[in-house]
Amino acid sequence: MSNVPSELRYASTHEWVRNEGDGTYTVGITEHAQELLGDMVFVELPEVGSTVSAGDDVAVAESVKAASDVYAPIGGEVVAVNEDLEDSPELVNSDAFGDGWMFRIKADDVSEVEGLLDAEGYESSIDED
Amino acid sequence: MTNKTALHAKHLEAGAKMVDFFGWDMPINYGSQIEEHHAVRQDAGMFDVSHMTIVDVTGAQAKDYLRYLLANDVAKLVQKGKALYSGMLNEAGGVVDDLIVYHFDATNYRLVVNSATREKDMNWLRSKAEGFNVEITEKPDFAMIAVQGPKAKAKAATVFTGAQNEAVDGMKPFFGVQAEDLFIATTGYTGEAGYEIMVPADRAAELWQQLLDAGVKPCGLGARDTLRLEAGMNLYGQDMDENTSPLAANMGWTISWEPAERDFVGREALEKQNEKGTDKLVGLVMTDKGVLRAGLKVKVPEGEGVITSGTFSPTLGHSIAMARLPATKSDTAEVEMRKKWVTVNVVKPSFVRNGKSVL
Repeated sequence: MSNVPSELRYASTHEWVRNEGDGTYTVGITEHAQELLGDMVFVELPEVGSTVSAGDDVAVAESVKAASDVYAPIGGEVVAVNEDLEDSPELVNSDAFGDGWMFRIKADDVSEVEGLLDAEGYESSIDED
Repeated sequence: MTNKTALHAKHLEAGAKMVDFFGWDMPINYGSQIEEHHAVRQDAGMFDVSHMTIVDVTGAQAKDYLRYLLANDVAKLVQKGKALYSGMLNEAGGVVDDLIVYHFDATNYRLVVNSATREKDMNWLRSKAEGFNVEITEKPDFAMIAVQGPKAKAKAATVFTGAQNEAVDGMKPFFGVQAEDLFIATTGYTGEAGYEIMVPADRAAELWQQLLDAGVKPCGLGARDTLRLEAGMNLYGQDMDENTSPLAANMGWTISWEPAERDFVGREALEKQNEKGTDKLVGLVMTDKGVLRAGLKVKVPEGEGVITSGTFSPTLGHSIAMARLPATKSDTAEVEMRKKWVTVNVVKPSFVRNGKSVL
């Protein structure tokens, strides 16, 4: 079974969200998602400074198997992206919840985070798959 | 009911991710497809290919039968153990399957055909045998392990017996030899040196373990696909099928037109196709980000075509594909990717050989 850290929030589309405590939220895809996709070969990230809404497709995770859209779990401004993924997309496979993070959003509306799944909710959503 | 090879338990033991492959429960990877791919290009990897179908063709008219059945001509095979790649065509000149045939003598041959097409092939082989004095025998009691890579032969040598090593000593590419309980062939589907080894099913797990202990990395079907695509080798059902002329599948070199009086299944249709001209299977190379995938539409000035196989090439670090296109003089093509048209290079469908780019 994949690891689902309890301190994170999740979207049913397999993104995780970490509260950085300064109004910004880091986003990546879950270990379960990277397992489904297989070895990552390219990650296309959003532009820093762009404004996104919850549910927008803002990044693409392309693996040996398929290209998969990554959705913004919350709305706001993209304040950082993980540039290491440019040369090392495999970080998404090796450390999905850490070095494989994708982008950071300054939230417009913090209550959107509350609407996301907790670890237990996400776990039961992937059990249904 | 899913079929399992004799090595199924070894795959589970190694933590393989298993998938259904045309009715067989097979390993897609053992963790990382890309690491497995690199192991074969740089060192040695092994694949369980026991799902493939081994068929012995024997009898007084075995040679005549195969000269009729196959587009390539087994009469070219003189030396004992020499192998030949061929298409097996239908009357309309489409590819029923592609296969390897090993020649032992004019009354004794061995075929290796695809697994996904097993039943169709067996029916085809039997129906075409009518009127020939031949016996067609499937050999389901064998497992098959492909050991591939620059260090594959050296590592395999450490698990072979003295007699087996003697038997393969100096063996050229595309030969096979029975050595004690193993049939060892210098064939493969990766563009690297190595062996394909047929082993009695009850001995397969032991041989797999010995190779594992010798430092050969287990590789799944995922890596097998990226390796064969880099090597520019066709996959049946994807790059060609019953509705595809071998001339439109980069298999022209496997057709023996001479002697002109040899009648083989599909010859008449093939001659017409050749006269008229056919689409061609070409290679595509994209150095920009993104991955070319099977099914994507391709445009050249002469018309439209489609990608038959596409992938990220781990050796080259960018995407490659095979596409069937109208015969073209253009060295670029446009591919529709995620609603945009992207320009890619058109090349011969061969990308990597013996660990190196051939682009």
